[in-house]
Amino acid sequence: MDWLHRHKGSIPYLLLLPGLAWLALFFVVPTYYLAETSLQSGSLDVGYAFSWAWSNYSDAISTYHEQFVRSLEYAGIATVLALLLSYPLAYFIAFRGGRWKSLLLLLIIAPFFVTYLIRTLAWQTILSDSGFVVTTLQSIGLLGDGDRLLATSTAVVAGITYNFLPFMALPLYVSLEQIDPRLIEAAEDLYASKAKAFLRVTLPLSLPGVFAGTLLTFIPAAGDFINAELLGTPRQSMIGNVIQSKFLVLTDYGQAAALSFVLMAAILVLIGIYTKVLGTERLGV
Amino acid sequence: MALVRRHVLTGYALLAFVYLLLPIAVVIAFSFNDPLGRFNYTWEGFTLRHWQDPFGPPGLRDAIVASLEIAALASFVATILGTLVALALVRYGFRGRGLTNLLIFMPMTTPEIVMGASLLALFLNLGVATGFWTIFIAHVMFCISFVVVTVKARLVGFDRHLEEAAMDLGANPFTTFGRVTLPLIAPGIAAGALLAFALSVDDFVITLFNAGPTITFPLYVWGAARVGVPPQVNVIGTLIFLAAAGLMVANVLSQIRRSKGAM
Repeated sequence: MDWLHRHKGSIPYLLLLPGLAWLALFFVVPTYYLAETSLQSGSLDVGYAFSWAWSNYSDAISTYHEQFVRSLEYAGIATVLALLLSYPLAYFIAFRGGRWKSLLLLLIIAPFFVTYLIRTLAWQTILSDSGFVVTTLQSIGLLGDGDRLLATSTAVVAGITYNFLPFMALPLYVSLEQIDPRLIEAAEDLYASKAKAFLRVTLPLSLPGVFAGTLLTFIPAAGDFINAELLGTPRQSMIGNVIQSKFLVLTDYGQAAALSFVLMAAILVLIGIYTKVLGTERLGV
Repeated sequence: MALVRRHVLTGYALLAFVYLLLPIAVVIAFSFNDPLGRFNYTWEGFTLRHWQDPFGPPGLRDAIVASLEIAALASFVATILGTLVALALVRYGFRGRGLTNLLIFMPMTTPEIVMGASLLALFLNLGVATGFWTIFIAHVMFCISFVVVTVKARLVGFDRHLEEAAMDLGANPFTTFGRVTLPLIAPGIAAGALLAFALSVDDFVITLFNAGPTITFPLYVWGAARVGVPPQVNVIGTLIFLAAAGLMVANVLSQIRRSKGAM
């Protein structure tokens, strides 16, 4: 008690200590071990040893650049789709939701109440060859008789879009909700058309939400392997599938760790460019 | 024109909600399906069989028990650690705040596969056998940040005068914390704990990397996906959905009622 009084300045550090120590030990330190592993050579039989094996990186990139590009491509398309799908929805809840807003928001996060794998398996059922989506599309001629949806890149991108959509919709909603409707009215009073008022007032003010939502969707999407595994074939496999099988099935730890690092680096570079292009300093993010 | 635009947006929102909820409807519907073979893909007929025997398939019950045990332990520990960090961040000025925020923020934005792989690299290099406790360690790790954010949100609107009043009336810091601070921030802590529990039960990627021979419910589903998922998985999925949705709806309704009362 007296000790606490005499060392008041140390109270915040005592509060922080257990939590931050846990994060340091099990989030920061593992990154070091991932780096070390990425430079190890060897196999399960002869054992693994650190050897500055930079070849893990060059081999990994030359062998798996296709999966890399595909991951970024799928994640990019899914992010844009999620943005286009959820912007009007977030707009609707923010400006037309009334006092049902929180209940409508609940509908957006409802998919999260079903275990990730189970809701992805549900898409397997929905898109399956004898499912109603395929038969309907076939009957109106949008899909040929032998064509499938399951096991195509369309299915994988659709699955990723669905699974991460709430990450896009929620930040969008938050930024739209904060907009004072009087600003939009003012623009209209000053003879801006509805479209112009949206483009010049609503959209710019919602950009912080677009920015946050895009990152929150893109990052997990680029590392995902569940959708490619359950809705695609090896021809749709993403970098996550490769890392997963190298770590857990093939025990090729060196390359698996190198791939994880390249994935992280690629994501950070893309975020850097994106932040620069969007100039979010001005947005106050 | 304005009328049309209004209805276009409403119609769109309706369609979007159908899209969001369709897979949930499928999960629930197929828990009543009576599949012919091992694969539960096409509707064959209605049955209550799987609901009468939800733990029928071998290993399913053990997987659910493992998931619940890990979630209970991990959310308990993460809630304590996260609440302490949130208290420090909101209530005290100290050097290293930026670094602390970064450390809290990073796990929420790192792809799960990278975190899972890093932890496995740690355990492999230290010769730690993966299993129940490595899953527990991993879950506490990724839950802490979410607890911090949730509890912080609640602490920001906190009136510190109440604590000062308690101290003025002779309460020592511990009594003040236990009798004034804790009851006031309890809803925030409860929300953080529930979120941590939900994240833990649902986690697949990080768990897959660090599970060793332990099988949680998502890992069970993953294994079953290759050979045909038994309809009982849909029963359990439906039950989890109902529990989570029920809690959230009750919470939202009580908020609506409270705000109506305030008006």
